[in-house]
Amino acid sequence: MKRRRRTKNPKSRPVLRVKRVSKIFADGGRAVSDVSFDAVEGELIVILGESGCGKTTTLKMINRLIDASNGSVEINGQNVSRIDPVHLRRTIGYVFQGIGLFSHMTVAENVGITPALLHWDEERIQIRVDELLAMVRLEPEKYRNRMPAELSGGQQQRVGFARALATSPSVILLDEPFGALDPITRDTLQHEFKHIQRSLNLTGVLVTHDVTEALLLADRILVMKSGTIVQFGTARDLVASPASLYVAELMDMPKRQMRQLESVVG
Amino acid sequence: MSENFSERLAELPQYLSGHLLLSVSALILGIAISLPLGVLASRSHRTSGPLLATASLVQTVPSMALLALMVPLLGGTIGFLPAFAALTMYSVLPTLRNTVTGIVELDPAIVEAAHGVGMTNWQRLWRVELPLAAPVIVAGIRTATVWVVGTTTLSTPIGAPSLGNYIFAGLQTRNWMSVVFGCVFAAVLAIFLDQIIRLLEVALRERKRQLGLGALAVLLVVVAGGLFLPLIDLGAQSTRDAVTAQSKTESADKTTGRSLAGQTIVIGSKTFTEQYILSELIERRLVEEGAVVKTIQNMGSTILFDALRNNTIDLYVDYTGTIWTTIMERDEAIERTAMYIEVAHYLRNKHGILTIAPLGFQNAYSFAMRQDHAPSLGARSIADLKPHARELTVAGDPEFFARPEWASVRDTYGLGAITTIGMDSTFMYQAVRDRRVDLIGAYTTDGRIIAFDLVILDDPKAAFPPYDAIVLLSPEAQQNKALIKATAWFANLIHDDLMREANRRVDLDSQSPAQAADFLYRATNASNNCYLCPLRQ
Repeated sequence: MKRRRRTKNPKSRPVLRVKRVSKIFADGGRAVSDVSFDAVEGELIVILGESGCGKTTTLKMINRLIDASNGSVEINGQNVSRIDPVHLRRTIGYVFQGIGLFSHMTVAENVGITPALLHWDEERIQIRVDELLAMVRLEPEKYRNRMPAELSGGQQQRVGFARALATSPSVILLDEPFGALDPITRDTLQHEFKHIQRSLNLTGVLVTHDVTEALLLADRILVMKSGTIVQFGTARDLVASPASLYVAELMDMPKRQMRQLESVVG
Repeated sequence: MSENFSERLAELPQYLSGHLLLSVSALILGIAISLPLGVLASRSHRTSGPLLATASLVQTVPSMALLALMVPLLGGTIGFLPAFAALTMYSVLPTLRNTVTGIVELDPAIVEAAHGVGMTNWQRLWRVELPLAAPVIVAGIRTATVWVVGTTTLSTPIGAPSLGNYIFAGLQTRNWMSVVFGCVFAAVLAIFLDQIIRLLEVALRERKRQLGLGALAVLLVVVAGGLFLPLIDLGAQSTRDAVTAQSKTESADKTTGRSLAGQTIVIGSKTFTEQYILSELIERRLVEEGAVVKTIQNMGSTILFDALRNNTIDLYVDYTGTIWTTIMERDEAIERTAMYIEVAHYLRNKHGILTIAPLGFQNAYSFAMRQDHAPSLGARSIADLKPHARELTVAGDPEFFARPEWASVRDTYGLGAITTIGMDSTFMYQAVRDRRVDLIGAYTTDGRIIAFDLVILDDPKAAFPPYDAIVLLSPEAQQNKALIKATAWFANLIHDDLMREANRRVDLDSQSPAQAADFLYRATNASNNCYLCPLRQ
């Protein structure tokens, strides 16, 4: 059977389209059911939910670290289940929850790993690595040959971002990328990330349980609970017309915390 | 002392080389097997469980037994091959276990990251898992190295020369210098290999190419050295050569023509003094006839017999009683000459082995006790021991109590209540002298019987079988008439006192077996060629 080649039109067609995906694990447990959303070019989707709500599983089904039981994921119109998972992952950036740098490799080797797997020549990798390090504000000369253990948590995650962006992926996935950082570093990195994402017009999916982070970064927010979608929309939509009490309370949380804070500080 | 030292030094090239090549090749194959197996096992619990269990099981087999078992498993082959096989099996577990542990216990986040950046399973293994698990894996390899180098000393009894030759021979001949030599060099070798592997790992981890190449070069030089070591003469062959040269000139006029010129003859020997002396003695005689002699010392008793039967060795000295009980599995006592004839018939008919006329002495088992202790018990013979059996302790080599004749002696004289202790024969004579035991299962030709003032108890019911020393020729070797003639030359020439004296010289005067053999050689030469002498009593 001949597959129909789709005409490429990024403006009208979403870069990422997740259609009714479900994940049922071998033990029969249902982690995700019937989740659908899409992302147009340059859009950052934040999946927001408590731990265990299925948000990370959803994220991993996009680059096939976990295969979906039902439904489909399309990137630029191509069903990912028809792409070799190794090849697929080389075209999708991934920032890991625990940072996940390779501790036996230098900063440069970590950033250049995917290009190396794609057999870029060394000079091209070097140029790209320096470019990326500069972008995440790590002076290449100073940091290139350091080992991850010699860096602070914030610096490590900068390397993590640089690594995810190495091959100019069409989609970038971020699994609680700021979760392991102290509040001040987190704040700085969130702003820098948003800046980079805007300037590169990156399409991305970010998973978090932090409501403020979701409100600050997201173009659209997907709220999940117990494996299903509760609501999908812009921050404004969610605050203005929450689909349930749960969403309403969730959206109110930053304000509530602010009020508590004011009462304490006076 | 210094002569002993230089003689030991002269043996070093051969033993060290044998040891090095055996350990290194077993380690290399062991690693080549266990690394891929470990990686495979780390992928699924279903394989790792049984694999590790099997490897652990191999490890629980005592190393000595594992080595000895390889001989029959490999169809009676002795020497390098069975030792190599056993040591390889022995080296598998530490590397296998550490490879599995090293990979399985990696941070799952790192493994997921490897997938996430788009690595194939193979790339994940080579680029992430192996480098990160390397310290644990290398620790396993280092453990295996130390084990294998140590265990290689035990390959001596199956005919593979190693530093164990120093230890086995030294223990038997009470040559502590020799034992120390074996231990020190085995330890040095173990530490050396361990450190080389450590340096290689550091070089790999810290990417110090020069350090890595340096360590590799040192290792290669040493292994290559091992190949060429046996060709080096450390210059101390002198004593032995001098002795040989001396007797050569003495007997030069007696030998007319060299009947074994250019032939290679392999002589085997068991692990005790008398055997070393006799193998040296026969070697002397065969060399005189022009043969090139290779002696494999310190072999286990049954291993030696199997090696003879399948022509791996040409000849060795055994004892009628040993064949009678362990090979023929007979337990009744029988008169000395009758046993000799039955044994010779049996060996010829069943195994095609030729028995040359007896050497003239018996090295039988018998009970010995202190000269001053015997009268206090009123003991002149084993029969007198029965009333005291409950208070008596008898020591013997571990083999002694496993032999059917012990059961036969015990039952014949009613000694069921006696306490038995197994110990190495080196220590039991001292033990009885120092009153730590009352009796020992002594060898009747042992020099220490006289030296330690021991008395051998009579055996009126002839419960101990006779043990005539006999030279045995392999099925192939007996086609060689000149070899038969050359070995038969010793027939009936060595009587009990002569053998005991030769043994005493080694065990107590710290002479080398070669020197004692020289003594025997002169003594037998003096008593003329007695080829057809009747059996001496």
